[in-house]
Amino acid sequence: MIRSFGPAEFTFLLEAARWTLVLSLCAFVGGGLLGIVVALMRVSRNLVIRSIAAGWINVIQGTPVLIVLFLVFYGLPFFGLRFPPLIAAAAGMTIYASAFLAEIWRGCIEAVPRQQWEAASSLALKPAQRMIYVVLPQAFRLAVPPTVGFMVQIVKNTSVASIIGFVELTRAGTLMNNVTFQPFWVFGSVALLYFVMCWPLSVMSQRLERRLHAGRRS
Amino acid sequence: MQSLVFADVWAQVDTLLSGLVQTVWISAVAIVLGVFIGIACAVARSADSRVLRAASTFYVESMRNTPFIVQLFIVFFGLPSMGVQITAVQAGLIALTLNLGAYSTEIIRAGIEATHRSQIEAGMALGLTRRDILLHVVLLPALEKVWPALSSQFVLTMLASSILSQISVEELTSAGALIDSRTYRSMEVYILLAGFYLALTMVFRLAFDLAGRVLFPRRRAVGARR
Repeated sequence: MIRSFGPAEFTFLLEAARWTLVLSLCAFVGGGLLGIVVALMRVSRNLVIRSIAAGWINVIQGTPVLIVLFLVFYGLPFFGLRFPPLIAAAAGMTIYASAFLAEIWRGCIEAVPRQQWEAASSLALKPAQRMIYVVLPQAFRLAVPPTVGFMVQIVKNTSVASIIGFVELTRAGTLMNNVTFQPFWVFGSVALLYFVMCWPLSVMSQRLERRLHAGRRS
Repeated sequence: MQSLVFADVWAQVDTLLSGLVQTVWISAVAIVLGVFIGIACAVARSADSRVLRAASTFYVESMRNTPFIVQLFIVFFGLPSMGVQITAVQAGLIALTLNLGAYSTEIIRAGIEATHRSQIEAGMALGLTRRDILLHVVLLPALEKVWPALSSQFVLTMLASSILSQISVEELTSAGALIDSRTYRSMEVYILLAGFYLALTMVFRLAFDLAGRVLFPRRRAVGARR
């Protein structure tokens, strides 16, 4: 018996969208924590530490999210660890997000004017103090718009987790398509739900960007 | 913990290589077509006609705020349900091209907006036609300015083509999945795949850098290029 796509089916998708949000949140928090470490390593004065961070960023950015997820999905059992798909997906998305966030934040840290670093040093602040009290607060202001913009990428890329069997919005759409055979309605609704999640973030990112550059407008 | 054994997987490297070829040509076609869409929509977005502007904004925003895999499913499952018969490769190409088209529209538009008014006025003062001004004063310098950003987007498109494995396009990732199903060496297969994609990323970056030098030989003093 073929079901047709109605309100009940839409509600099913809506409920699955919660898992997209949960996974996005995990990826953002995890990726943010790991990303700030990688970003700080990336601007370190130590060549070895800097190279490790650069290598991490280049390898992750040069590999499809799908492959990163597969590596985690098959990699955890390989090391004898068994986790539910949510953990595997969250770990994979964390790794993916960390590389991109690190690269964004490195740019923001380096965009803080050189004089600020020098001034902090001449006030006899230690490197850690200089970073925490002088550079990072200023870098943070620059970092907000691109970070919000990247959250859109995170939400969208959680859809790749459907491939390793985590039932989020896209996976729910595939399941629903298999019982209704109405792909336009099903995936149209899925796309609409993603749009509802991503669009506000996109707009917010643009507004923040404009506010940041308000003084520089010609 | 098990140990990594690459021998079985490496014995089937032919399969990976034919997948690699498929990935390269699909990406190349999508990139070329996508840039043309990007140029057209970027020009449309700064056009006088409100309809053109709205249509192009709708296209760009709907593409940029939904995941690629969902766009791919809409094309691959949706079009046949409306009676349009397409192969998996065609569906993949359409989705990749439309996706890149939207992102490159935004990038190229940024380049166009960075063109100073005085440049256009100078073009008019020199008696250039509207078409010449658009092409030589606005578009080409805009493309030159945003070429690095476009190149990154091209690489992302190539990486996104891995998703085409989900609709049975026989590209690099599905070649890997095939070997995985034959050998049960998942970890080795995906490590190898990551290596292949990484190499491909580097080759693409190099190729776009060279292409940029050939396409924009004048090397402006002003602009994004150092």
